[in-house]
Amino acid sequence: MNNFNLNSAKRKKNERIFKYLCQLFTWMSLLILLVLIYHVSIQGLHYLNLDFLNNYPSRFPDKAGIKSALWGSTWLISLVFILSVPIGVASAIYLEEYEKKGRLARLIEINIANLAGVPSIVYGILGLTIFVRFFALDRSLIAGALTMSLLVLPVIIIAAREALRAVPQSIRHGAYALGATQWQTIYHHVLPASLPGILTGVILAMSRAIGETAPLIMIGALTYVAFIPESVMDPFSTLPIQIFNWASRPQAAFEEVAAAGIIVLLLVLLTMNATAVLIRNYAQRKYRW
Amino acid sequence: MFFRFSHSLSMKIKERVIKSILALSAFISIVTTLAIIGVLGRESFTFFLTVPVTDFLFGTHWEPLLEPKSFGILPLMAGTLLIVIGSGMIALPVGLLTAIYLSEYASNRTREIIKPILEILAGIPTVVYGYFALTFITPVIRIVLPQTQIFNGLSASIVVGIMILPMVASLCDDAIRSVPVTLRQGGYALGATPYELTKSVTVPAAFSGIIASFVLAISRAFGETMAVTLAAGATPNLTLNPLESIQTMTAYIVQVSLGDTPAGGIEYQTIFAVGGLLFIITLIMNIAANWIMNHYREVYE
Amino acid sequence: MVVNNPVLKIHNLNIRYGDSLAVKNCSVEIEKNKVTAIIGPSGCGKSTFLRTLNRMNDFIDSFSLDGQILFDGVDIYDRQSDPVDIRRRIGMVFQKPNPFPKTIYKNITWGPHINGYKGNFDNLVEGSLKGAALWDEVKDRLNESALSLSGGQQQRLCIARCIAMQPEVILMDEPASALDPKSTAHIEELITKLRKDYTIVIVTHNMQQAARVSDYTLFLYEGELIEYGITKNIFTKPDNQQTEDYITGRFG
Repeated sequence: MNNFNLNSAKRKKNERIFKYLCQLFTWMSLLILLVLIYHVSIQGLHYLNLDFLNNYPSRFPDKAGIKSALWGSTWLISLVFILSVPIGVASAIYLEEYEKKGRLARLIEINIANLAGVPSIVYGILGLTIFVRFFALDRSLIAGALTMSLLVLPVIIIAAREALRAVPQSIRHGAYALGATQWQTIYHHVLPASLPGILTGVILAMSRAIGETAPLIMIGALTYVAFIPESVMDPFSTLPIQIFNWASRPQAAFEEVAAAGIIVLLLVLLTMNATAVLIRNYAQRKYRW
Repeated sequence: MFFRFSHSLSMKIKERVIKSILALSAFISIVTTLAIIGVLGRESFTFFLTVPVTDFLFGTHWEPLLEPKSFGILPLMAGTLLIVIGSGMIALPVGLLTAIYLSEYASNRTREIIKPILEILAGIPTVVYGYFALTFITPVIRIVLPQTQIFNGLSASIVVGIMILPMVASLCDDAIRSVPVTLRQGGYALGATPYELTKSVTVPAAFSGIIASFVLAISRAFGETMAVTLAAGATPNLTLNPLESIQTMTAYIVQVSLGDTPAGGIEYQTIFAVGGLLFIITLIMNIAANWIMNHYREVYE
Repeated sequence: MVVNNPVLKIHNLNIRYGDSLAVKNCSVEIEKNKVTAIIGPSGCGKSTFLRTLNRMNDFIDSFSLDGQILFDGVDIYDRQSDPVDIRRRIGMVFQKPNPFPKTIYKNITWGPHINGYKGNFDNLVEGSLKGAALWDEVKDRLNESALSLSGGQQQRLCIARCIAMQPEVILMDEPASALDPKSTAHIEELITKLRKDYTIVIVTHNMQQAARVSDYTLFLYEGELIEYGITKNIFTKPDNQQTEDYITGRFG
C-alpha cells in the first residue's frame, strides 16, 4: 500500500534551481567588489604617485594632489578618537554594568538604537546649527570633529556594550568574592577582557568617520584648502570631501584624479579593517573562556 | 594581619564619583536626540509660519531658489521614493537569498569568504559608491538604453541597492540562524528538501527578523546622501521615470549647503523642514524595526 | 542544633526570588574551623542559601530576604554592613573554575593588592599555592596564563586565590562538580587539609563527598531545613525519614 506520491523528480529540480539561484546572488557581491576595484584602479592608478600625495589641490588635473585632504583626515580622525572613545566606552560601561535594567537604561538604549539610524546628513544639520553657528566655531576642524563624534558615538556604544556583555559573569563574581568593589572589578577584569572587542568596534567606528562626507559638507568643509591645518580652529578638507569635489567636476580628467583619491581612501580603510581582524584573531587565541 | 581596610570610606566616595561620570557620559546620547529635535523643530516652526504645512506636504512644485518660490515637497519625495523602491527591489530579494545561501547551503569555507566581502562592501564610503554609479553604472546603462540622462534615478537606485545589500544579508542571516535547530531537524526528519524547509519552516519562523532587516535597510536608503547627490542629479522632478534626472530630499539639503544661502532666510529654513521630515520618516521606521526585532526575540528565548 | 563556637548564626532566614520562597524559615549555626556540608536535591535552595552568606545574591534583582545572618555578632544584611567588606572576610569558590584571564601569579595577588596588602607578594603566592596543593605543579610557570591550566588545576588556583585573602570563612559551591574524578579527589584532600585553619561551608549534590569531607551536614529540602547534625550521625542514623530516604537514594 502506498499513498505517497513523492514526485521526486520535480522536487529535486526545484531544489536545484533554488540552490543555484541563491548561489548566483551570493557570489554576485564578490563580482561587484571586483568590478568596483578594477574600475577604480583602471581609472586612477596612473595618477597615483608620490606627487599626488604631496601636492595640494589644483585647477590642473596633473598637478592636483591630496596632501591637505590626507592631513585633514588624519587631524579629524585623531580628534574624533579623543572625543568619542572615552565617552562612548564610559556610556557602554554605565549601561551594561551599572544601569542594566532600570527604566532609564531602557530609554537610553532605545534612544541609542535610534540615533544609530539617524541619517548622517541630519547630524550635519545639527553640527551646522550648534557647533558652526551657535558656538561660532565656524568651519573649523573642531566643529567637524564634534559633529562626527556625535555621529559615531552610537556605533561605539553598541559595539562596546556587546564586548562587555561577552565577558562571562563568572569573572565578575570571582572578583566580587575577593572583596573587590564594582569599579575595581570593571577596571581590572571586565575592561581588559573586553578590550579587543571594544577596539574592533572603535576601529569600525573610525573607518565610518573617515569615509563620511555628507555631515562635513553640511558644516561647510567643501572649500579650497591648500594648507595643512595647524590648530583645531583651522579650516580643513578630508579625503572623501576632496573625492566628492573632483567627482562632481565635469572634466573627465578629474574623474581619474578622483579615482586616485579613492584608491588612497580605500587603502587607508583596508589597513584599518585588517587591524581589526588581527585584533579579533588575537583575542580569540588569548581568551578561551 | 597584613591588610589595612581603613580606606573604605574614601573608596565608597570614589565609587560614587566614577558612577556619576559614567552616567553623565551615557546622558550625552539623550542630549544629542533632544538637540536634533530642538534644532529641526525650531527652524521648521519658523518655516511653517510662512509656508502652510499642507502646501509643503502636498505641493507638486519644489522651487525654493527661484521666483516665484514654491515649496511643495512631492517632487523631492518622489525622487526619494524612486531610489528607495529601486534599491529595495534589488537589495531585499538578493540580500535574503544570500542569507539563505549562507545559513542553509554554504560550507564554512564559503562563509569565511563571503562574510568579509559583505563587510568590505558595507564599509566602502558612500562617496565611492556615488563615483562608481556616475562613472561606471550610468555609462553601462546608457549603452543599453541610450535615452538615459547622465544623472538618473536608475543608476543611483542600483548603487544604493548595492550599499544596503550587506546590511540585509547579515541581518537576515542572523534572523535565520536564530531559528532553533530542533525545528529544522524536525523538518528534515519528515523528508523535506532544503528548499521546502526554507520556504515553509525557516523563513516563516524568521519572518519578523527578516521584515525588521528590510525596514532598517529601507530607512538607510531614505537617508542615503552622497551616492544620490553624485548620481541622481539635482532636478526636483515629479516623476517615477528612472531614466530621468531627479533630486532626493538629502541631495537637496546638500545642494543648499553647497551654495551660499544666507542663514535666516526662507531658503535656509527649507533644509530644516526637509531634514525634519527625513528625520521623522527614518525615526518611525527605526522604531518599527526595533519593535519587530524585540518582539521576535521574545518568541525565541 | 547548638554548636560550641559559632562563627555564623542564622536566625529565621527567609529568601525570596520575587514572590517565590526559595529558603523557608531557616535557623542554623555554623561552627568555626569545621567543614559544614549542605546537601539536598537540585533546586532545594542550597546554592541560594550559600550565596546569601557572603551577599553574592545582591546581584540578582528579584532577590530579597528577612531574618538575620550574624557574622561575628554583626548582621551582614544590616544597612551599616558593607558587602565588599563581608566578601573579603568570607571568600567563595564557585561551581565552575573562574580564574581571571591573567597570569597565575596575578590571579593570586590581585585580591590582596586591591585590598592594600603590605606584605611580600612572592611569599604570599608561594604560601597560597602550597596551601591549595598546587605549588609543585605551577612553580615554574607562575607567569603563564591561568587559562592554560587544566580544569582541576584552575579550581585549585581559585582556592589559592581565595585563601590568599586570609578569609575567616570559605564558601564552596559544588567546587568539584565540573571536574573529573581525579581532580575531585585532589579537591577533597585539600578541603580536609584546609579545615585546620578555615571554616568551610560546602554545597554538594554528591552525598559520598559530604560524608567524606564534612564534620556537620545540613539537609535542605524544598527550601526547608530538614535536618542538621554531625555528619556521621546524619549518614548512619538520621532522625528524619526524609533525610534517610534522600541519603539512601530513594529520591533526589
